[in-house]
Amino acid sequence: MSADQEQQSIRCLVAKVGLDGHDRGAHVIARAFRDAGFEVIYSGLHNAPDEIVQAAVQEDVNVLGISILSGAHNTLIPKVIDGLKEYDAFEDTLVLVGGVVPDDDKAELKDLGVAEVFGPGTPMEETVEFVRENAPQR
Amino acid sequence: MSAPDHDELLEELLAGKHRALARVITKIENRDPGYRELVSALHAHTGDAEVVGITGSPGAGKSTLVDKLADYYRERGETVGVIAVDPSSPFTGGAVLGDRIRMASNVGDMDVFFRSMSARGTLGGLSTATTDAVKALDAFGKDKILIETVGAGQNEIDVVKTADTVAVLVPPESGDNVQMLKAGILEIGDVFVVNKADLDGADRTVQELREMIHMQTDRTANLATGHHGASAVSDGDADERADDEGWTPSVVETVAKTGEGVERLVETLADHYDYLESSGALEAKARTRYAEEIRNLLREDVGQLLEAEIERRGGMEELLADVVACETDPYAVADEVIEPLERCLEAPRE
Repeated sequence: MSADQEQQSIRCLVAKVGLDGHDRGAHVIARAFRDAGFEVIYSGLHNAPDEIVQAAVQEDVNVLGISILSGAHNTLIPKVIDGLKEYDAFEDTLVLVGGVVPDDDKAELKDLGVAEVFGPGTPMEETVEFVRENAPQR
Repeated sequence: MSAPDHDELLEELLAGKHRALARVITKIENRDPGYRELVSALHAHTGDAEVVGITGSPGAGKSTLVDKLADYYRERGETVGVIAVDPSSPFTGGAVLGDRIRMASNVGDMDVFFRSMSARGTLGGLSTATTDAVKALDAFGKDKILIETVGAGQNEIDVVKTADTVAVLVPPESGDNVQMLKAGILEIGDVFVVNKADLDGADRTVQELREMIHMQTDRTANLATGHHGASAVSDGDADERADDEGWTPSVVETVAKTGEGVERLVETLADHYDYLESSGALEAKARTRYAEEIRNLLREDVGQLLEAEIERRGGMEELLADVVACETDPYAVADEVIEPLERCLEAPRE
């Protein structure tokens, strides 16, 4: 192996936003991403939108996966997206949402710039594959 | 990525744009084409930050303490950069980087630039990119840079090569006094932090560390590592008495969760930095560091030249065939591959 070889790695931030203590899904995803060879930054429970933006910008992640099961996605996700735009980070960050999101809201979130919404029961391979295909290059 | 792209990035970084700093670190981590030019351009802007390395076993409280330290420095109006390294999977190369979870005191404060890093297979507690990333933070203008290593066992000591001051966290009850006799991580501490000092056994750990330090200061004082006892050779300056004492590592007790003892730790870290500055050890350290860096870069370059040579000889598979067939051996192959390079360097020069 050449020492100066490029070592691209897909970096993902897995974040739990707002008042939502259910992190099993986030843990499972973090683990699956790790096993897929991604670098996963897990920022823990109860993140405020600001906090997620700060983390996504500083960590320069290709992928931001927001897990939300509280139903507050329509309030919280736009704040995250606005924040990313403020730091010029929106364009090259793939924003994903995982959790319980009604179909009507899904369309709305996608209009905002969320690349995909993954509901309960989504096979892990599907999510991993989606990230592999769509993660922006650095 | 073209060079003009890098120029712009560099300009933005120096102008204080967070996104640019983050991207530069990514390029360094990915060893992006041209990253070396980028780091090389950063060099002129470095040298102002104080770099503190925090190491210790998994669960010792490194992340929590880093959070509290960053908070303390921020209260004083200083800006902080943090690099936290976590291990990567030896099987998939993936990693879960969880140090950010503990950064609760600095939420939403962009003047604490926190970056998680995967060790990307490097042993030794840091990633190869860490030193260069520190340069990026330094050039960005951070006053303090904290490096949190991988949860270290006994021998992950690379942080010494990058940090000015090394704090080793030792949780209470981490083994009996025979552990304290062992070589490795306990030799690199400029400051020992007995974290979780509210737990039973903390006093004993403090006591054992003190004993250990007492026993080792005499011996290490003569080592020219530029570390503890870089016995400063002062030429002529009579009133500046030569530093016989060197630095004796201190032991500080903290409870990172509550912030207890953090002030004392900050003072001790500052004392050590003052000592480094006044004794000339800081410069000695910088020299050792740069020498090491130059050697590393050369190793990388030579490695690449040799990779190319291997390709020219038909690739590694070709060479292996003969070794497997026992017609030659790895040593002979290595001699053969390096021969042209040797000849080149030994040829008389004008």
